Amino acid sequence: MSATSLFRKESGVTRRSFLRASAGAAGGLMVALYFDLPLLAQPAAKTYPPDAFVHIKSDGSIVIQVNRLEFGQGVQTSLPMVLADELDADWSHVVPELAPAADVYKDPIFGIQMVGGSGSIAHSFEQYRELGAKTRSMLVAAAAEEWKVSPEQCRTEASVVHGPGGQSAKYGELAEKAAQMPVPDKVKLKDAGQFRLIGKKTRRLDSHGKCDGSLKFGLDLDLPGMKVALVAHPPVFGGSPKSVDDKDARSIPGVVDVFEIPATKNGKAIAVVADKFWTAKQARDRLKIDWDFTGLEQPDTAQLREKFKEIAATQGNIAASRGDIKVLDGISESNRLVVEYEFPYLAHSPMEPLNTTIRFDGDGAEVWAGSQFQTIDQMAVAQTLDLKPEQVTFHTEMAGGGFGRRAVPDSHVQREAAAIAKRFKGTPVKLVWTREDDVQGGYYRPMHAHRVEIGIGADGMPAAWRHVIVGQSITAGTPFAAMLIKDGVDETAVEGASDTAYDIPNFLVSAHHPTVNVPVLWWRSVGSTHTAFVMETLIEELAIRAKADPIAYRRKLLKADAKNLRSALDLMDEKSAAWRHSLPKGHAVGFACHECFGTSVACAVDVSIENKRPRIHRVTVAVNCGRAVNPLTVESQFQAGVTFGLSQVVPRGAITFKNGMAEQNNFDGFTPPYMADAPVAVDVHIVPSTEKPTGCGEPPVPVISPAVVNALGKLTGKRYRSLPLVTI
Amino acid sequence: MEYSRTGKLWRALVVLALSGTACFGVAPRAFGQENSTKREAGLAAWQQVYSVLTHPRCINCHTATSYPQQGDDRHPHLFNVVRGPGGKGVPGLNCGTCHQGANADSTGVPGAHNWHLAPLSMKWQDVNNQILPSGEVCRSLTDRSKNDHLDAAGILRHHQTEPLVLWAFQPGKRRDGSARSLPPMTHDEFVAATRTWVEAGAPCP
Amino acid sequence: METYKLTVNGEPKEVSVDPGTPLLWVLREELKMTGTKYGCGISACGACTVHVGGIATRSCVLPVSLVEGRAITTIEGVGKDPVGHAVQEAWVSEDVVQCGYCQSGQIMAAVALLKSNRKPTDTNIEESMGGNLCRCGTYVRIRQAIKAASQKLA
Repeated sequence: MSATSLFRKESGVTRRSFLRASAGAAGGLMVALYFDLPLLAQPAAKTYPPDAFVHIKSDGSIVIQVNRLEFGQGVQTSLPMVLADELDADWSHVVPELAPAADVYKDPIFGIQMVGGSGSIAHSFEQYRELGAKTRSMLVAAAAEEWKVSPEQCRTEASVVHGPGGQSAKYGELAEKAAQMPVPDKVKLKDAGQFRLIGKKTRRLDSHGKCDGSLKFGLDLDLPGMKVALVAHPPVFGGSPKSVDDKDARSIPGVVDVFEIPATKNGKAIAVVADKFWTAKQARDRLKIDWDFTGLEQPDTAQLREKFKEIAATQGNIAASRGDIKVLDGISESNRLVVEYEFPYLAHSPMEPLNTTIRFDGDGAEVWAGSQFQTIDQMAVAQTLDLKPEQVTFHTEMAGGGFGRRAVPDSHVQREAAAIAKRFKGTPVKLVWTREDDVQGGYYRPMHAHRVEIGIGADGMPAAWRHVIVGQSITAGTPFAAMLIKDGVDETAVEGASDTAYDIPNFLVSAHHPTVNVPVLWWRSVGSTHTAFVMETLIEELAIRAKADPIAYRRKLLKADAKNLRSALDLMDEKSAAWRHSLPKGHAVGFACHECFGTSVACAVDVSIENKRPRIHRVTVAVNCGRAVNPLTVESQFQAGVTFGLSQVVPRGAITFKNGMAEQNNFDGFTPPYMADAPVAVDVHIVPSTEKPTGCGEPPVPVISPAVVNALGKLTGKRYRSLPLVTI
Repeated sequence: MEYSRTGKLWRALVVLALSGTACFGVAPRAFGQENSTKREAGLAAWQQVYSVLTHPRCINCHTATSYPQQGDDRHPHLFNVVRGPGGKGVPGLNCGTCHQGANADSTGVPGAHNWHLAPLSMKWQDVNNQILPSGEVCRSLTDRSKNDHLDAAGILRHHQTEPLVLWAFQPGKRRDGSARSLPPMTHDEFVAATRTWVEAGAPCP
Repeated sequence: METYKLTVNGEPKEVSVDPGTPLLWVLREELKMTGTKYGCGISACGACTVHVGGIATRSCVLPVSLVEGRAITTIEGVGKDPVGHAVQEAWVSEDVVQCGYCQSGQIMAAVALLKSNRKPTDTNIEESMGGNLCRCGTYVRIRQAIKAASQKLA
């Protein structure tokens, strides 16, 4: 049963107006995107037929389609929880599946099938509740019809419908008949007091398979007759081969072909196709390629740093402005702070290297990919193969991490895979990016420079704040630009600063977006990765300067209506007070708070210095994410997410360029945090809330680096303006 | 491999040197030209030995710290590898977790039988990874309470036959296919220099 | 191409491959056992960890020619061992995994630790697990799970 055949036309409110309303209401980067897809014939479905999402089998198992990629965030447990709760399902019967690409699985707010912006629960919570409630209603209707009673006389519990006269029927028994009942237009959802699953700590459904080697990721796919492809990419983006000597490569038994394909930024690359990965790798290693970089900008980190610093000294396009920034000029020098910050390019480096498997059949194609962007990737594959998107079956594979790297507007990996598969009609070809390809392949968190001038008032609070941010635009040249670039400012570069919750009266944030020959992309928490570092280190510095307690200072400075952030700050204060006030010698505490993607976070960290590195003994973090659907997921996300955030701090946490090429090529050069770099203990506290759920995918990341550096500063007396912390 | 002119000269001298039994730790109180020549020859030979011992292929595992070093720049071994109680790493992260009984040239990982760290008593660097001076290394090498009770003959044998010593002279290929850099002389020359030094009474500068 | 006889999870296997082929790719592509993962290829991350001759070994850098008859245990077979079983159970009960891609390697390293030391200290845990990368950052829960398994095995 094809999901697309279940599509029904949207009714009533047009998509665009619906999306605008959402954007206005949510704040932060709950940005609604209108995605203009000229090739896509059908707009996103606005009604979601339950049978596209829930399949109850006769044995009672309940297969629930998850409308977005699972890549660690736990959505393939939490969204089914939501549906199963309204369904009154027996949780032990639930089996999640990652839905293939189809209109009906598009994110209700974003209008494309995707995962990102920490939107999984936030956007699909009500949707999955309705799906569960509608399915339940149809099961009850089926039972009621059989028993000749009214549905109101029936109740449901743990996958059983109970009738007024003691009748009962299992969901599995009713499923076939229920599927034929009419889908109700409206259903009554549970009152929160009736939740059985929502709000309860629930273990993940995919643990066993991930602990015994049985669960397959995209890279593990094995199909009959499959070939493996590796690509030799130009070391300078946009380069192309002048000459290729593939004699040695082709001489290896098992090598099928070597040929040129298009690459990122109008470059050209050389694809090697072989029967196995190791064969393909040996062959690629033996290619002798003479690259042509004529006319290409060859990025150099030292030069870029200087250039960005220069640019930061001038005002850019205005991102936010209030009050009168000229107040700053009237403040005496001794009450002014002028600070410059620097941030490097960062690779996402998800643990599972990028890969895509495609079989091109001439009149159709089948794709297997752990994609954060199914709609976009499906379209890109279709384009490359001269097909229509609906001719491309797109399977969503479990992915080993993403952090934004699997959500690429230009679908460059899928395009490479399709270009290769096109030459092998009928044969599945698995394109694998090695770790070297990944670390050197671009699409990094952009490098940035910030310049902040603060005029401090007599009360020690910032009276004026002029902030310039320099960094490449992530969305320029992509379909997302229309929604995210306003008046020359890419929202994703300034969020966290331009929309700060601090009540600074005279405030000006501006941005420059230089172009650099390095492809860039959103990296888990995007703009907040650097803006939160700047804001939270400066606020703490100002607090110390004013001889104020950093928490009290923040309370005083936050806007009165920043309720959620205040609640997180208060809870963090409460939960960390005991250990903060009994720190051993050589330890210091640092704080940070930040709101992004609708979720508010505050943390305190206990840091000492061991072996010339920061040792993080403890993190106490408080979060206001509205109603926490699965508090265990929230806890995991924060415990693990803060460690991910420390990627910015560890000494080899940077991608640098020399002569146009990335200097790092694997985890020896670009090194993520290991256990010793991570906090020893992280305690997570959720602000009790009945508000709409907001996301926890990205919010853990921005707070940790400034908090750690704030603590370090108390131990070393130094200010840290540049990441990563190569030395402390 | 590089073959220094100085090496050639000393080699010639070694060939001409007296061969006598090594008398370890007790230098005969001899007078005259012959013995001081022998001592000088021995000291010169020791400098040859020292130049090998302090080459990265050897000194990277003779650390004073809780970790080995790697590479020609002798940076701390990546991946948080630790010495462990027996110099063999720890369960889950032993030396043998990656290093096998022979070089793995297809993957760029060096290997030899029983890959492990020299004990701390055989450290040739200080805790800041600075190479110790020649005299200190010499005295440490010849201290039987530190060197696993090796006498002169034992040291010579160690230099002749210990797999990890032999490895230093055939250290295999790096990940990028290039050959790892070699100590400043061949294994035969190293053994010959050791012999000269030992036969001169293992003098230390 | 050479033929190698391997013992994998107690079963005899025979493969014909180039001698330099890393055990990782022999497992994944010749034997179709994909539980052992490719993360970096340079022994930096530990996702490829198996046990060879009872020692935790990074299979991405081990040419099959150097296995030399030693018994191989992979994530698919480690559950047969009581320590392996306890570790897997602890990983599930402590809800360790996020994306899960590194966890085969984490579990194999943890099993090696616990087989050698049933009561590891925090330092033991950090040293033994210190070379295994988890990009999601599940280290806090990994520590918890090792302690839980240790208690179960006591």
